[in-house]
Amino acid sequence: RLAGIVRPGGDMQWCFSQVKGAIDDDVAEADIISTVEFNHTGELLATGDKGGRVVIFQQEIENKNQPQFRSEYNVYSTFQSHEPEFDYLKSLEIEEKINKIRWLPQKNAAQFLLSTNDKTIKLWKISERDKRPEGYNLKEDDGRFKDPNNITSLRVPVLIPMDLMVEASPRRVFANAHTYHINSISVNSDNETYLSADDLRINLWHLEITDRSFNIVDIKPANMEELTEVITAAEFHPHQCNTFVYSSSKGTIRLCDMRVSALCDKHSKLFEEPEDPSNRSFFSEIISSISDVKFSHNGRYMMTRDYLSVKIWDLNMESRPVETYQVHEYLRSKLCSLYENDCIFDKFECCWNGNDSVVMTGSYNNFFRMFDRGQRRDVTLEASRENSKPMQVLKPRKVCAGGKRKKDEISVDSLDFNKKILHTAWHPQDNIIAVATTNNLYIFQDKVN
Amino acid sequence: MSATAAMEVNAEARRILAVSISKLYASRTQRGGLRLHRSLLLSLVMRSARDIYHSSRENEGPSCAQPTPEEPMDTGSNPGELTGLPEPQPEPQPALNSAELASEEPDSAEEDSDSEITEDKENLSPTRQSRKRRGKASAAPDFLPSKRARLEPGEERYAAPLGSCRAGAGESLTALSLNRVIPAF
Repeated sequence: RLAGIVRPGGDMQWCFSQVKGAIDDDVAEADIISTVEFNHTGELLATGDKGGRVVIFQQEIENKNQPQFRSEYNVYSTFQSHEPEFDYLKSLEIEEKINKIRWLPQKNAAQFLLSTNDKTIKLWKISERDKRPEGYNLKEDDGRFKDPNNITSLRVPVLIPMDLMVEASPRRVFANAHTYHINSISVNSDNETYLSADDLRINLWHLEITDRSFNIVDIKPANMEELTEVITAAEFHPHQCNTFVYSSSKGTIRLCDMRVSALCDKHSKLFEEPEDPSNRSFFSEIISSISDVKFSHNGRYMMTRDYLSVKIWDLNMESRPVETYQVHEYLRSKLCSLYENDCIFDKFECCWNGNDSVVMTGSYNNFFRMFDRGQRRDVTLEASRENSKPMQVLKPRKVCAGGKRKKDEISVDSLDFNKKILHTAWHPQDNIIAVATTNNLYIFQDKVN
Repeated sequence: MSATAAMEVNAEARRILAVSISKLYASRTQRGGLRLHRSLLLSLVMRSARDIYHSSRENEGPSCAQPTPEEPMDTGSNPGELTGLPEPQPEPQPALNSAELASEEPDSAEEDSDSEITEDKENLSPTRQSRKRRGKASAAPDFLPSKRARLEPGEERYAAPLGSCRAGAGESLTALSLNRVIPAF
């Protein structure tokens, strides 16, 4: 069912499906979406926001007989995952913003996810309740206790149907293990452990144990004045439970094998591409910092995102990426302005489609980009309220880098740098994508004829 | 490099330094505390800009309007970074999580730029590194914001007692070593 963005006979077309979130332009800071993640079947879609809330959408299972109408995602559960905290020792406020959500593979009727802010990871259980017990012997239905002297008979309580209630409860809280700000969490393929990474350290946890974790990477120098790089992202290999990677602010990726030693400060592989000297500038270091790293589903490749490009690496080749895609090369001459308005520090994420044939990442002006690896085609699309009619096909967009602007093109200077798409997600088994603008979540699907 | 090109580069470097320093100041009041990654990137940009600034000032040479030459830079004595992150207090390596966390969030880099100089600035002989401003050459670069404290409404400013000031930021910039030369672009 999965295909690239180009089908025989023409380009794949993407259609608007849904948009979630407030319509008004005045964005409340708490509503800013900070992470988006499908679960392993794609039935559930979770978002986290700056206000510490998690909203889970569920795809309805209707219309299975009519494939042209894919089911919609509706709100399934909303809960406050993290609250703002204050670290009294350091006189610092700890933001409640959800940095990452990762789903656990489903093992029973309930769903589990990990959500993290800068300092604390929580395991949430999301379970359904559609029955309630009635007919207790010792208490009334409203909970008041009966007078035991008035009880003359015994009955067996029965479960009667009720309106579906979805409850989220925190099952584990993994706290006090990170001195610096957590940027990543990743569940291991063994389904028992997971890692959490901050700027200088990576810790390994067991999902059942909250009072201790193993430190597996520590790049903190003895003298902080010698600090030259920080960890920016980390992820476990999808199949090999002993392997993980972490990316750095210097543009390198290290692959580590936990079987080699308990402390994985020495990498097994170091992926680094030599810098192009002709591109040297004040800002070379900032734009080479990797903001996201993601393994392909098949585990043979990994993708990294830096400020201007997406790179695909073959795990067997450390010297350079096998593919490089320019996301918005027209920004290279604007780096100074982007430094002044802070956009150069934006951390874009990236994602693979289900069969690893297409990769996607966000850009500015609410544009997002897809790169079809097989077909060597790419497309720029826009998430906007203007293109939000049901099943409206998205028109490819084009940015004019210089010279004469053609009709329908947009010039670089007209781009709205406040409208950035940092978080995108692709359904693991279908051509459905979730794209987060500042405070809205757009769901697009491919046009099925 | 021609004199005009050097001046342009100089002006650009100064502007970037000014922008960077104001970003550093602003990040002190950010919710969630100083971000290590961001601070590191800012310091890298500042270091590039500082190196370009100084090398282009040297290149200005005879066309320079400064009446007195700059104080010689102290190379090689200190491998530390310019606006690197300050000394953290020692903290326990957590194999077991402890409820106590040592305080080690980076403070303002500006406050600690002095701590990275291995030489003892407090006890130097006056002839070598005087804190007195000796004219334009050793004045603080004009892109730096004023170091005077911001007054709350109703407060008045009093003259600071003699001998209590630290070295001006300008002298810090010239005195710190260049441990890396970033090739001009």
